[in-house]
Amino acid sequence: MLSTIIAIASLAIIFGLVLGFAAIRFKVEGDPIVDKIDAILPQTQCGQCTYPGCRPYAEAIAKGEADINQCPPGGEAVINELADLLGVDPKPLNEEHGEHSEKTVVYIDEEVCIGCTLCIQACPVDAIVGAAKLMHTIIENECTGCDLCIPVCPVDCIYVKPVSETINTWKWPLPENSINAQKETS
Amino acid sequence: MSSRLWKIFGGLKLAGFKTMSMEHATQDAPLAKTLVLPLKQHIGKAAVPVVKVGDSVLKGQLIAAAEDYVCSAIHAPSSGKVTAIEKHLIPHPSAISTTCIVIETDGKEEWGKCITNTNYRQLETNTVRNIIRDAGIVGLGGAGFPSFIKLNPGSNNVVDTLILNGAECEPYITCDAMLMQEQSRKIIDGLNIMRHALQAKHCIIAIEDNKRTAHTMLVNALQEHEADYISVVQVPTLYPAGGEKQLIKTLTGKEVPSNGLPVNIGVVCHNVATAAAVASAVLEGKPLISRYITITGEGVDRPINLNVLFGTPFSELVDYCGRNNKAEQFIMGGPMMGFEISDDHIPVIKTSNCILVQSKKTEPEYVMPCIRCGQCADVCPAQLLPQQLYWYSRAKNFDKTQDYHLFDCIECGCCSYVCPSHIPLVQYYRFAKTEIYAQEQERKKSDIARQRHEFRLFRMERKKAENEERKKQKRELLKKVNGEDNNEDDAKKSAIKEAMERVKAKRDAQSIAPKNTSDLTEQQQKTIAEVDSRRKKVKEES
Repeated sequence: MLSTIIAIASLAIIFGLVLGFAAIRFKVEGDPIVDKIDAILPQTQCGQCTYPGCRPYAEAIAKGEADINQCPPGGEAVINELADLLGVDPKPLNEEHGEHSEKTVVYIDEEVCIGCTLCIQACPVDAIVGAAKLMHTIIENECTGCDLCIPVCPVDCIYVKPVSETINTWKWPLPENSINAQKETS
Repeated sequence: MSSRLWKIFGGLKLAGFKTMSMEHATQDAPLAKTLVLPLKQHIGKAAVPVVKVGDSVLKGQLIAAAEDYVCSAIHAPSSGKVTAIEKHLIPHPSAISTTCIVIETDGKEEWGKCITNTNYRQLETNTVRNIIRDAGIVGLGGAGFPSFIKLNPGSNNVVDTLILNGAECEPYITCDAMLMQEQSRKIIDGLNIMRHALQAKHCIIAIEDNKRTAHTMLVNALQEHEADYISVVQVPTLYPAGGEKQLIKTLTGKEVPSNGLPVNIGVVCHNVATAAAVASAVLEGKPLISRYITITGEGVDRPINLNVLFGTPFSELVDYCGRNNKAEQFIMGGPMMGFEISDDHIPVIKTSNCILVQSKKTEPEYVMPCIRCGQCADVCPAQLLPQQLYWYSRAKNFDKTQDYHLFDCIECGCCSYVCPSHIPLVQYYRFAKTEIYAQEQERKKSDIARQRHEFRLFRMERKKAENEERKKQKRELLKKVNGEDNNEDDAKKSAIKEAMERVKAKRDAQSIAPKNTSDLTEQQQKTIAEVDSRRKKVKEES
């Protein structure tokens, strides 16, 4: 009886030590789920989800404060991936936050620009170059299409344009579209 | 070398339709008035123009340089004047216009300077590769991958076998067969140069067994060379025996690993036309400016192979071969792997091997549901499961398609060909592949956006901290300055005090009393007392 108690107690102590050591030795810095969610989000940094960027939204999702359907730029694809990751059912995009649309970029009408630097301060990814009282311009490759620079412009010289398709970004269409078209015409 | 051949999985026996374009010898196509040269005729980055509008160019002159590793230079196919650098339709399934250099030919065909290197065996392999790169040579079999990269085995690989692919298994196309018949010596010269660049041990020229003339010509040419390391091998006529991986399997029995390259198993495979282009570049100093191209199909009266300068519009070639009323649909490449082009005002580029001109199919083939017959899996030369790939591609479940090795699909089209439900299977795979590429790109872009955003946050934080620090420093400085002022005052005061004390102590020590208070007369003392009392009175009154 006594030996059993001693044996079990010593085992408990040993395992406790091992687990305690492992907890310290293999401690994970930060919250890995936030990183995973952040990796799925489109990094537009537009704030349409009501959070000030993609990472804060990822943190809010991880805490359970925000729903997975608040990201209009990501659209259905992001919602599905998030649902997959978090093991919840996908749901349609919450339209309060906006509608999903094709990716766009902005451009500055350089003739009109007065060089006020307000858009530079608004851009979350530093995709606008320029200086005070000098013309500004967008680095198109870096623009995420968040449109945050549009409302701050005092002379309304920033416009949205769709990302132009090139040979390198062109995608083969899903065949069903062409089949349906074929049927309609015949 | 053993002449044993291995059998590939699947494949189809297709009707060739090859004899019709092989009846006549290859002719030079008439010189077009304007040549349109896309900056991107190859896999990789687009070349960068080095000429301006209005410049005169000589035949073979560099007009667009390769500024990236995976890129290829472009040369003027004929002498003339650059009239524009503008967007133009190119042979691509997207029908998107890209930047092209337009040259108005002057008909003089005046060559620029050509540097010949007949002693290539004495050259470093690197020098040979650079000559080939500068000549703008890309794989002429269809993919258009810059050849000098494939001629660089890398330091970790030893090339055992160099294969020249003359199988040309797709129906209708005969340009390689004609080239082997007519330029067999050049091909063997090119093969020797390639062998030198790769330091390969053996060379095999593979020809399908239905191309007997080409085989005979090559064997004859080889006898003159007395090169025992080269063998000409006939492979069974089967589609797609000419696929790179399939040909390697047939000839060596080795399989290229998934996601691997042939060079990983000691094999490098080049097209016969590429070999001929290499020979021209090294031995004659001529860059790649023309190629053999098959104009065939029921839409032309005289199907033939033409030696065509790049940039020549398809329409002129079709006219030259006798366009008839069946010429409604234009396909670049063969019927299996080619793609339809929207109209024929499109230039010939480095990868154009065939223009198939035919009438439009009158009855559309209705697509029926998949009945799981499994015929597609029986013919797939890559031994994939086309049905599964189809389901997952259609459902846009791209992770699953990759589990089923979508990227091992060579898009040969055998599965679509045999499908009794007429499902355009290959279209689904192409769709899935480009979607996956696009997602990959998107991911990369969003990673960059994340980095930039995080850096911006970091920068703003840093700026704030720096401002804070600066303010703090200023405050401290101010405080210090004020503090020092106070101290100064104190110091002055204490100095005065000290001085006064010093004087007092001195006076005490010497006990110097004022001299005018002693030895006074009574009268004087009285007056003093009077004055004192009067002062006191005045003081009290005030």
